[in-house]
Amino acid sequence: MNTGLMTIGLPHFLVVAALLFTIGVIGIFVNRRNVIVILMAIELILLAVNINFVAFSVYQHNLIGQVFTMIVLTVAAAEAAIGLAILVVHFRNRGDIAVDHANIMKG
Amino acid sequence: MIDIQSLTIVMPEITLAVVAFVCLIAAAACGPRVTRHIGVLAIGAFALAGGVLFCPERLKHLLDGALPVFAFGTQFVDDSFGRFGKALILTAASLSVLLSWSYFEKTGDEKPEYPVLIMFATLGMMLMVSASDFISLYVGIELQSLALYVLAAFKRDDIRSSEAGLKYFTLGALSSGLLLYGISLIYGYTGTTDFVSVSIALRQHMLTNPGIVIGMVFVCAALSFKVSGVPFHMWAPDVYEGAPTPVAAFFASAPKIAALILFARFLLTPMHAMAGQWHQIIVFVALASMLWGAFAGLAQTNFKRLLAYSSIANIGFILVALSVGGREGLQSMLVYLAIYALNTLGAFAVLLCLRRDGKPVNDIADFAGLGKTNPGLALAMTVLMFSLAGVPPLAGFFAKYFVLLAAVDAGMLPVVVIGVLSSVVGAFYYLKIVKLIYVDEPQGAFDPLPDWGVRSVLALSALAMIGITLAPSPLLDATMKAARGFIG
Repeated sequence: MNTGLMTIGLPHFLVVAALLFTIGVIGIFVNRRNVIVILMAIELILLAVNINFVAFSVYQHNLIGQVFTMIVLTVAAAEAAIGLAILVVHFRNRGDIAVDHANIMKG
Repeated sequence: MIDIQSLTIVMPEITLAVVAFVCLIAAAACGPRVTRHIGVLAIGAFALAGGVLFCPERLKHLLDGALPVFAFGTQFVDDSFGRFGKALILTAASLSVLLSWSYFEKTGDEKPEYPVLIMFATLGMMLMVSASDFISLYVGIELQSLALYVLAAFKRDDIRSSEAGLKYFTLGALSSGLLLYGISLIYGYTGTTDFVSVSIALRQHMLTNPGIVIGMVFVCAALSFKVSGVPFHMWAPDVYEGAPTPVAAFFASAPKIAALILFARFLLTPMHAMAGQWHQIIVFVALASMLWGAFAGLAQTNFKRLLAYSSIANIGFILVALSVGGREGLQSMLVYLAIYALNTLGAFAVLLCLRRDGKPVNDIADFAGLGKTNPGLALAMTVLMFSLAGVPPLAGFFAKYFVLLAAVDAGMLPVVVIGVLSSVVGAFYYLKIVKLIYVDEPQGAFDPLPDWGVRSVLALSALAMIGITLAPSPLLDATMKAARGFIG
């Protein structure tokens, strides 16, 4: 498959996943505006993990990684549903969803 | 193919799951008026699951329960270590259902979902305790966490509760992400997710591979999040303060037991060959937790926040036991877990007993003069606080003593010295409460005590703190058997 340029191998997938993961983690901590952005950052982290699992699964020639990916996808959907539900409840009480304003309790 | 052997092994979990689903349907169909009934059913389900767990017929089928047996390939393991953990978790879950009744009745938030969510969380914890593969580990943690996020935000008209739920969800989801990233690296470099195979693969080659070390560090960080060890503890005080008090009591007991037993399994089975690397991480988290829990607790005025810092400090001690590893380390960890869980549930029960003008009391200052207005409650509180402070001859002292003894035997003297010093600092805030109770003047009368549920939990907890001192052998025998079942 080498077309003369460069073969895409395992390290490339791992680098992409590591970048996505880092962006996701930074997204959680740097973002001060909106809780929805945190939910998106969490999805990004889970997708980075899935890329890792699938890439390793192909590299290791076994299916465990892909099975794990399916389970992660399913749980991620449930997690997003519960996160949004809690967010709606918080919005009803608070009137906005700014991260900076979720600070009734401190210390 | 699902074989009978596997089904026999997971029968306690199946029992709990079936009752939980029946309760879920009943709750949806009948609404708030059946809350009590579903609570009773939940406690019955926990007792039934415990009965099935220790059923002699079942154990006979599983080689008399002496050796670990695996179900569904290698996904699920049943051994005496896990059985002890499950017994503790089921006890803590039943007590937290008992604690909830009068509380939600008075706040008008009586919803039948509460016991159902506790049941699903408990099911997740039982799966965590028995996980022997990274897939079942992940599914167990998520089943537990998703139920706990909802429980934290359970008083949905209260902004504190919904904020607690939001914070817990965000940081919990982040820790799940870290956990998965770590697992993906471990899988990538060993080619398997099964604990035993990972441990064999690690022993055969590459202790030098940085990928594995990074993966292990990620998983350790994620599990430290779940047990609220410093520096991953920041969610705990906010969540304990904001969540309804019975929920905070549940958070402080059962999930900690499950996460620590899982932590022990992770470190001592798949990562056994890397003890040199993880030992320093665990010792660091343990020291930081003991010190931070002690010093930050000094500044608290809210009793629930204080208990959060107290649980952080206690987790530090338990992690010391975990870092010792071996049979003695594990035994002292289980002894500490059992005593700590009962003790902290009792402390929350005291808080649930106190109401003034129909409003729950949350500040430490409100305990002033309790010795004059309510001597019985004050006595129970004193016993619990002395035990948390580690004053001999109460059970809390022996918990700390066994952990430190195991650490001395392992030659970890500096850790022991810091542990003793931090527990002296921590003792200050527990003893300050006792002083408030007996020396200061009361600020006004409290409402009458709540129903028998809360009072029986309180009595059980206070009596256990004395009883374990008087007759320690059943606990010591059970923990010894449990530790032996895990490490030969």
